[in-house]
Amino acid sequence: MTVHTAPSSARPTAPPAPAPAAARRRIRPGRIGVHAFLTAVSLAFLAPLLLAVYASLRPYDETSEHGYFSLPRHLSLDYYRQAFSDSGMTKYFVNTMIIAVPGVLITLFLASFAAFALARLRLRGGLVLLMLFTAGNLLPQQVIVTPLYVVFNRIPLPYWMSDSMTMFDSYWAVITVQIGFQLGFCVFVLANFMRTLPQEILEAAIVDGAGIWTQYRRITLPLCRPALAALGTLQFTWMYNDFLWALVFISDGDKLPVTSALNNLRGQFFTDYNLLAAGSVIVALPTLVVFLLLQRHFIAGLTLGSSKG
Amino acid sequence: MSFLSARRTGRRVSRRFTGRDLAVLGVLLGIPVLLDIAIVWGPTLASVVLSFTSWDGIGDITWVGTRNYENLFTNYPQFWPAARHNLLWLAFLGMVAAPFGLLLAVLIDRGARFSRFYQSTLYMPVVLSLAVVGFIAQLVFSRDQGALNAVIGDTDSPTDWLGDPDLNIWMVLLAAAWRHTGYVMILYLAGLKAVDPSLKEAAAIDGAGEAQTFFRIVFPTLRPVNVIVGVITVIESLRAFDIVYAVNHGRNGLELLSVLVTDNIIGEASRIGFGSAIAVVLLAVSLGFVVTYLVQELRGEKNR
Repeated sequence: MTVHTAPSSARPTAPPAPAPAAARRRIRPGRIGVHAFLTAVSLAFLAPLLLAVYASLRPYDETSEHGYFSLPRHLSLDYYRQAFSDSGMTKYFVNTMIIAVPGVLITLFLASFAAFALARLRLRGGLVLLMLFTAGNLLPQQVIVTPLYVVFNRIPLPYWMSDSMTMFDSYWAVITVQIGFQLGFCVFVLANFMRTLPQEILEAAIVDGAGIWTQYRRITLPLCRPALAALGTLQFTWMYNDFLWALVFISDGDKLPVTSALNNLRGQFFTDYNLLAAGSVIVALPTLVVFLLLQRHFIAGLTLGSSKG
Repeated sequence: MSFLSARRTGRRVSRRFTGRDLAVLGVLLGIPVLLDIAIVWGPTLASVVLSFTSWDGIGDITWVGTRNYENLFTNYPQFWPAARHNLLWLAFLGMVAAPFGLLLAVLIDRGARFSRFYQSTLYMPVVLSLAVVGFIAQLVFSRDQGALNAVIGDTDSPTDWLGDPDLNIWMVLLAAAWRHTGYVMILYLAGLKAVDPSLKEAAAIDGAGEAQTFFRIVFPTLRPVNVIVGVITVIESLRAFDIVYAVNHGRNGLELLSVLVTDNIIGEASRIGFGSAIAVVLLAVSLGFVVTYLVQELRGEKNR
């Protein structure tokens, strides 16, 4: 990671200042109250996650007799082994990657060019297109699900692309929908970001005879690296976390991505909630790790969309 | 930067482009625009058209006028509860979760110590998928073994938090708010950092109390964030699906419009026209908010 990837560069903040300032100040009772309140809320927010981890380590017989909120007699990683060996979590993780990796890359590429064209080239009708993208991302998914379901069922694909011979029940359907739907958000965010870049750099390049591709690839894109990193992190989590698209567009359980496959851990008549807890923890773990490692990118991604430069 | 001036200089700009430039533009702007139309706007329009037909997805499509809507409003027992639940979702996130997120943001923004810890913890649920939130909610709220009943010592006649149709929507809302609060908090934190500190100092010199400073000085400058939070809250409430689906497939007190749409197309019935009519109701409500938001954005664009 280079220095350039600091995502909050657009918004100057001064992190080193507060600590000495707080030390200087007298500790007032009001301040203690605030910290007590924040600590309590933080613990309450963490509690469900910790409970899930705790439940996943204990056998079902034990929790069904004494409840989730009892002292442990046996602790083991059995449910994790079971989730991976019997339920094939590895396979579902691979499915998720097949969908999310191309999904994120293609979305970022297409959105960054579209944003560049709309925000930097001053095209006629640019505003209309920008509105089209932005509004599209705000529609509820269920509005577009039905026609897409019908259409995907009718688009034939050769066997080497999809063993269902149609777009329906193939990764292509989910990837395409992810890209199409997330484009709106990414174009909106990147266009806002690109407007904060000085137009003069572009004009200088134009004087030097740079074509559109050069203006995009060599001049604008490198400046967008922090925004792209932020968006990439955010998009990956969203595509990873998606539940609905795969549920509707994939019927073969073996092709499900990991979030939707979690549903499969639920038995038809008997549900072992401790197994489900282990599954939930497994599914949550990658996003939590990504979050802890790339926290700043995450937050930058969300706030890039909300504060306009 | 204004798009109005862009329009004026449009002619000059287009002369700047070479043939190769136009080809690059045509392909690389064309693909995302076409995708957006093919995946988002085309299907939206198709949903509206399909909502006036009767279709099982295989046989003939027959035009039935507004019959789907009449059935929906008068003859479909799940519709009104679902619509009520969506509204409740909106009210709860908008009037409980969002203000709570704002409160947390304000407190964290003031208290310097441990703010990173608080911020990370409170934000953590946001990175979880709603489906996982739904499953975790079952651990907390389940009747016989759930943590909540254990905490309140309710073991003799345990409350079935997720099974009781009068209660479960509230429990699910709590789970949804768990996630929404952190999201809102992050947005407000970013907004608060952008508030010019000299404004607050000036207010303090003029003798304004903390509450006064907040409501008179800080809150009005947060207006853009308020708009975003409002939009996100509306959208999330209309889109709500994953949690209830993870809990009990959106039945028995957890009906939502989104669930009804999904049930009607991938269920055994495959009533595509009818499902579309429910989707159009969702669309109509959300478009109202989306258009208001866009009009505001456009106005801001012109003032820029």
